Amino acid sequence: MTDLLTVAGLETQFRTREGLVHAVNGVSFNLKEGETLGIVGESGCGKSVTVMSMLRLIPSPPGKVVAGQAIYQGKDLLKMSDEEIRHIRGAQISMVFQDPMTSFNPVLTIGRQLAEPLEIHNGLSLQQAYDRAVQMLEMVGIPRAKERLNDYPHQFSGGMRQRVMIAMALICSPQILIADEPTTALDVTIQAQIVELVKRLRDELGMAIIWITHDLGIIAGLADRVSVMYGGYIIEEALVKELYANPTHPYTLGLLNSLPRMDETDHRRLYSIDGLPPVLLEKPNYCPFAPRCAYAVEHCWHENPSLIPVGPGHTVACWVDPATGRER
Amino acid sequence: MPQEALLRVEHLVKYFPITRGIIIQKQIGAVHAVDDVSFEIYKGETLGLVGESGCGKSTTGRTILQLYRPTSGHVYFDGKDLVQLKGEELRHMRRRMQMIFQDPYASLNPRMTVGEIIGEPLLIHGVARGKEMQDRVEKLLAMVGLNPAFSNRYPHEFSGGQRQRIGVARALALEPALIVCDEPISALDVSIQAQVVNLLEDLQKELGLTYLFIAHDLSMVRHISDRVAVMYLGVIVELADRFELYNHPLHPYTQALLSAVPIPDPVAEEKRQRIILQGDVPSPVNPPSGCRFRTRCPLAKAICAEVKPEFREVSPGHWVACHLV
Repeated sequence: MTDLLTVAGLETQFRTREGLVHAVNGVSFNLKEGETLGIVGESGCGKSVTVMSMLRLIPSPPGKVVAGQAIYQGKDLLKMSDEEIRHIRGAQISMVFQDPMTSFNPVLTIGRQLAEPLEIHNGLSLQQAYDRAVQMLEMVGIPRAKERLNDYPHQFSGGMRQRVMIAMALICSPQILIADEPTTALDVTIQAQIVELVKRLRDELGMAIIWITHDLGIIAGLADRVSVMYGGYIIEEALVKELYANPTHPYTLGLLNSLPRMDETDHRRLYSIDGLPPVLLEKPNYCPFAPRCAYAVEHCWHENPSLIPVGPGHTVACWVDPATGRER
Repeated sequence: MPQEALLRVEHLVKYFPITRGIIIQKQIGAVHAVDDVSFEIYKGETLGLVGESGCGKSTTGRTILQLYRPTSGHVYFDGKDLVQLKGEELRHMRRRMQMIFQDPYASLNPRMTVGEIIGEPLLIHGVARGKEMQDRVEKLLAMVGLNPAFSNRYPHEFSGGQRQRIGVARALALEPALIVCDEPISALDVSIQAQVVNLLEDLQKELGLTYLFIAHDLSMVRHISDRVAVMYLGVIVELADRFELYNHPLHPYTQALLSAVPIPDPVAEEKRQRIILQGDVPSPVNPPSGCRFRTRCPLAKAICAEVKPEFREVSPGHWVACHLV
């Protein structure tokens, strides 16, 4: 499979009252055709900012993408003219957001909002666009799709609204779908509906997906490959089975051990990662996880590790091998 | 094993009126938030209460503590019916039951120092004041893993997890017997959730606390609870020991709910069979007749629309409300 998207050295900063926030500090990853990449991390780790930077959706000021490139179809998304990127956003790369209530326009009907990308990107007439909108709504499982075109966003429930959101993101048949915590606001039974829907659509339409989440459970059943982020860095990357079978970064290990599992039989004390996530007001010259890390050695405080291979397709940014507790 | 009930809830009902008009308000309907719920909480145990948003689990917690007055029903705490109590008597009982709230940002007064927040219950109930109060506050802070020197700081100086610890310290101030934990970890990051859950477990062991743990995270509830009750649209549909409930769920809703929870293990996920429920939760203003789950139940029969299923004990300690079990 060829690389559809290659992001290299992405750096984004925000100017705030407290100072310069280093939200993303040199993130690199690639996405293959038809692949599902999970980006996992806690709030403030830079996972959303990474994809927003890539699509040039960071409000500037205060934000600024200060370095890096994002190559899509041989061209750098970060260097394109506004006109060029508009033809890509929503048409070839589209996005589903966490909160379906605030990402729709409340005063336009669903039909109007679904038709808009088709009119803009594909030059369809309103009638053609409405017909396609009905097809899409049926595809994502909205009953009475035709009548519901005239409804407003508030007339849909949370789960249904997220379905409409997905329909809108997929209406121009994009090659890449970016889903930013699309199920976080939903109840677990509705979340299961949406995950099943996305899996089905992925198999039918063959698009690549970047799924951003803090939930290691969802990503286990959905992604092909996973990148774990911490403090604005990718700190571990591997194929999904490899990551869960051999988590290697102390942070990934800690996260997995801090989750209670439904298939556990004994009561164990949850592993807890001490301390707090980093404040990103400086770009550390040490490992960003060192202050919370149970394995930290002297070296960790002097140099920030970069990703090194530890297995096939498995890279990790850590000086220490947690299996032995010694430096690699 | 015979256990002593600390709290007994009998046929608890809470309706919120929907009114129309500004000066002359006319009731035009009611939200059936909690509709005939009965259960017991034993001394020293953790009862988990799970369900999706809007199922009435928080309302149940608040109605038990009389933060909402129930429409009908009884709540016996140490043999006394809280519903019948008012004024000074009720206030006296409140010392024995406290609450930890979901949102660690909204539940602490931003203009009070941490010392004032934790000390306020001591003052109100006349337990301690002055130097003695200050000592108690510092002890409480140490107990929840915060630096006792923090008592002069304000809530905004703390992170979410630390604020939740402040909320726990406040709840512990009056040495209560029962703490209602209303989604205490939902607003926290994964790595911080474990810290707070471990703290709650340690405190329970140390102080012999009884918890009603309300949450929508089923794996966390399974971890922390001794018994678990599942709510759907204002009613408890199933209640059992946690292993019994998670290994042998009997109610179709419990089965679907459990199968929807993702497991952080790709190999286990591949093998799993999911029961995907169709549609959304109906409105609690007009709940379905008979069994409330019948509109989404894959097994629903004619009787489910006609007769409300009885909440009955099908095996020792395992209660379920379903015609088909």
